[in-house]
Amino acid sequence: MNQSVIARRRFLLASVSLMAAVPTIGCAQAYSGALPWSANANGSPKPVDPAGWTYFTPEEVAVIDALVDRLIPADDLSPGGKDVGITVYIDRQLSGPFGNDSWFYMSPPFQEGYPGQGVQSPVTPAQRYRKSIAALETYCHGAYAGKGFAQIPPDEQDRLIGQMETGTLQLGKLSSKAFFQMLWQNTKEGFFADPVYGGNKDMAGWRMIGFPGARYDYRDWVTKYNQPYPLPPIGIKTHPDWS
Amino acid sequence: MVKTLPRKDVAIVGLGWTGSILAYELTGAGLDVVAIERGEWRDTATDFPPAWAPDELRYGVRLDLFQRPAQGTVTLRNNMSQTALPVRQFVSFLPGNGVGGAGVHWNGMTYRFLPTDFKLRSHVTQRYGAKAIPDDMTIQDWGVTYEEMEPYYDKFEKLAGISGKAGNLNGQIQPGGNPFEGARSSEYPTRPTTPTYGPSLFAKAAESLGYHPFHVPSGNLSESYTNPLGVTMGQCSYCGFCERFGCGNYSKSSPQTCVLPALMLRKTFEARTKCNVTRINLDNTGKKATGVTYVDAKGEEVYQPADMVLVCNFSFNAVHLLMVSGIGTMYDPTTGKGTVGRNYAYQCDSGVALQLPEGTHLNKFIAGGAIGMVIDDFNGDNFDHTGLGFIGGGNMGATVTGGRPIQQLSMMPGQPSWGAGWKKAAKESYQTVYGLGAQGSSYSYKDCYLDLDPTYKDPYGSPLLRMTFDWKQNELKMSAYITAKLEQIAKAMGAVSTHAAPRKGNYTVTVYQSTHNTGGAVMGDDPSTSVVNKYGQSWDVPNVFVFGAALFPQNHGYNPTGTVGAQAYLGADGIVNQYIKSPGALLHI
Ligand SMILES: Cc1cc2nc3c(=O)[nH]c(=O)nc-3n(C[C@H](O)[C@H](O)[C@H](O)COP(=O)(O)OP(=O)(O)OC[C@H]3O[C@@H](n4cnc5c(N)ncnc54)[C@H](O)[C@@H]3O)c2cc1C
Ligand code: SF4
Repeated sequence: MNQSVIARRRFLLASVSLMAAVPTIGCAQAYSGALPWSANANGSPKPVDPAGWTYFTPEEVAVIDALVDRLIPADDLSPGGKDVGITVYIDRQLSGPFGNDSWFYMSPPFQEGYPGQGVQSPVTPAQRYRKSIAALETYCHGAYAGKGFAQIPPDEQDRLIGQMETGTLQLGKLSSKAFFQMLWQNTKEGFFADPVYGGNKDMAGWRMIGFPGARYDYRDWVTKYNQPYPLPPIGIKTHPDWS
Repeated sequence: MVKTLPRKDVAIVGLGWTGSILAYELTGAGLDVVAIERGEWRDTATDFPPAWAPDELRYGVRLDLFQRPAQGTVTLRNNMSQTALPVRQFVSFLPGNGVGGAGVHWNGMTYRFLPTDFKLRSHVTQRYGAKAIPDDMTIQDWGVTYEEMEPYYDKFEKLAGISGKAGNLNGQIQPGGNPFEGARSSEYPTRPTTPTYGPSLFAKAAESLGYHPFHVPSGNLSESYTNPLGVTMGQCSYCGFCERFGCGNYSKSSPQTCVLPALMLRKTFEARTKCNVTRINLDNTGKKATGVTYVDAKGEEVYQPADMVLVCNFSFNAVHLLMVSGIGTMYDPTTGKGTVGRNYAYQCDSGVALQLPEGTHLNKFIAGGAIGMVIDDFNGDNFDHTGLGFIGGGNMGATVTGGRPIQQLSMMPGQPSWGAGWKKAAKESYQTVYGLGAQGSSYSYKDCYLDLDPTYKDPYGSPLLRMTFDWKQNELKMSAYITAKLEQIAKAMGAVSTHAAPRKGNYTVTVYQSTHNTGGAVMGDDPSTSVVNKYGQSWDVPNVFVFGAALFPQNHGYNPTGTVGAQAYLGADGIVNQYIKSPGALLHI
């Protein structure tokens, strides 16, 4: 960060009183007479501890590991989805606000509209994963002589994923296409989100495409048109040299 | 029991761009002002310092700073014969929430509308004849001219420190600026931003085809700047985490960086957060507001008496508040009578993807939300529409705002969608695929409107706002025409392949388009076709003023906030210099 920005920040901090009067009206906050600053109070995300599972059962972990390893297979561009932590990422997301749709408008009545009206399902992401994985396992046990998705050959796995993508695979009452879309979106998130969320281990996703991550200041490279950016990626809590 | 608080001169609903501007101007005139804001207090140091601002998952994907649909949403249908269903997750547009409003996480593209935009119906009629306007199209003049707006545009640009290059200074065309813009009284307060690689290629190609590229007027500042309120901003670092994110560098124009540090020092101002205004209270004549009622975070209902109520809670939220408060007459699309909810419009966006030769390094992660090069050659009525079969147009150009991998990894169509093939294509595309965009106008129609949903309710028990909206032939033809022009520029950029995606089909809420929702409480000079006058003053309840893009009679080919900010200053001028001295209707008909 350049000096002038830091100097200006000091100036801004010095020029207003940090002792804001904050009387309370009900639970609401009233602010008057000064900026109510308390730096860094809202907190950065807590890094995910990769040990254990918060939502998935061990059987579900095996299925998701196998799925994300086909969606992001290991090759010379990056390790596979499982090894970069995508299953861990999805598990933590499903036990958080994303998993239970708590931010969304979930009031009934639920009715099917036309596609342009967007998602109209009362099924939360956590429920969708649980039910779709169970239905996929039931399907595989029937079609592959008792084997689960994780046990069938990779080209069969790819074939089933392809059928989910087009929605032609029957997975109980839920649409296999809707499950694929959610899984693929979450897989990309686990591959490319900041490593604090449990995926993108060693910034493998960012390295694959050459994204420098959370660097935040590119002023020295703006006019270096068409020249490769020289620095490796950094995360909001991590740097490749620190681990 | 509703708790009643001591009276204030002014109650402002919502503390975003317009709320903070009005609060500053009215406290400056000696009034005692409370701003009541639904969301939390927000500031740079607490909420989005550089330490964790660049977090794509949290802000870009999970939308941490935005209104959560659980707090309230809208319902949507394309036409009156359908059943509207709730927008359960925001995707197409993303309303703000919390102090600063959408001003915290906007891009910062800060345009002025064209002089002809302000007199759209009379201009089109004069140039092409009344038949050029389809029967069901309800476009109208603004009731204010560009010339009247000019000093207020100037004021907003100086407040926000906008970086740009004038194209028309007092009638003199300036090299490097936008030659189509209305005459400006002064140069932009800060010099234009430096284009990154993609926009530089666009500018060269556009120029080679005879067009007139110029720098996006940017609220991502090219240099440090101290505004007339004494607040200092820093230089943008091209961090590439701009729209959807707060700026950790104090470089993006926002209420936080431009107004609040000065406003908060005023003893006659109070910001009250986590309080959701549920209605404007009227006296028994129905012609005078007595204050507002809100629900605080504990669920307690509170009545705040006030002499004036300013509705600053963002476009369609403002329309909703008027409707549930019974201010004005609801629009009826079958008769065309009534005004509240009439002329809802949007932005008819489209794009062109292009692939540059292998080995190119676009470095799209070096970017800002408003840093790019654009042309206005196909905007508004800057080109002859004779024989084209449509009216309107759009601003278009190179404005890629980042290389964030979850949401901005663009590939040409036809690539593998997952697996090893996808990985290879993703790696190759990341540095070579660029996208150009067009922001087309969205004109208003008889059957595109807002009203209250018969079924769905918000957490406070009010009916949700219902949107009835779809794309019409005029807009689809316009989009096809200007997107084809854009594709020609893409080809001239040296693309090995291009893919044009004009707007097609029905309006959907499943892809992000823009948060440029307009209309529903439109301004004008005739109470039978407008809800407020040019000052934002309600025709029906003169101590209620409405601000924001709800006032636009139709939407033009630009982002709205330059005009929203300018109109807020025009309204403030009317209140301070006329209304305070003699309260009552500012314009008589
Ligand atoms: C991602 C994104 C990018 C954008 N980019 C651009 C751009 O580049 N250029 C441009 O011109 N515009 C852009 N916009 C639009 C721009 O942000 C808005 O036009 C502008 O912020 C509108 O100002 P406003 O004061 O009307 O509303 P806001 O700034 O949104 O403020 C409204 C406030 O009211 C509060 N509120 C709502 N309802 C209630 C209630 N019932 N009670 C109490 N408080 C309430 C909200 O929480 C909010 O804080 C963008 C918007 C988004 C979301
Ligand atoms: S691009 Fe510039 S203005 Fe936008 S958030 Fe980054 S530093 Fe701030």
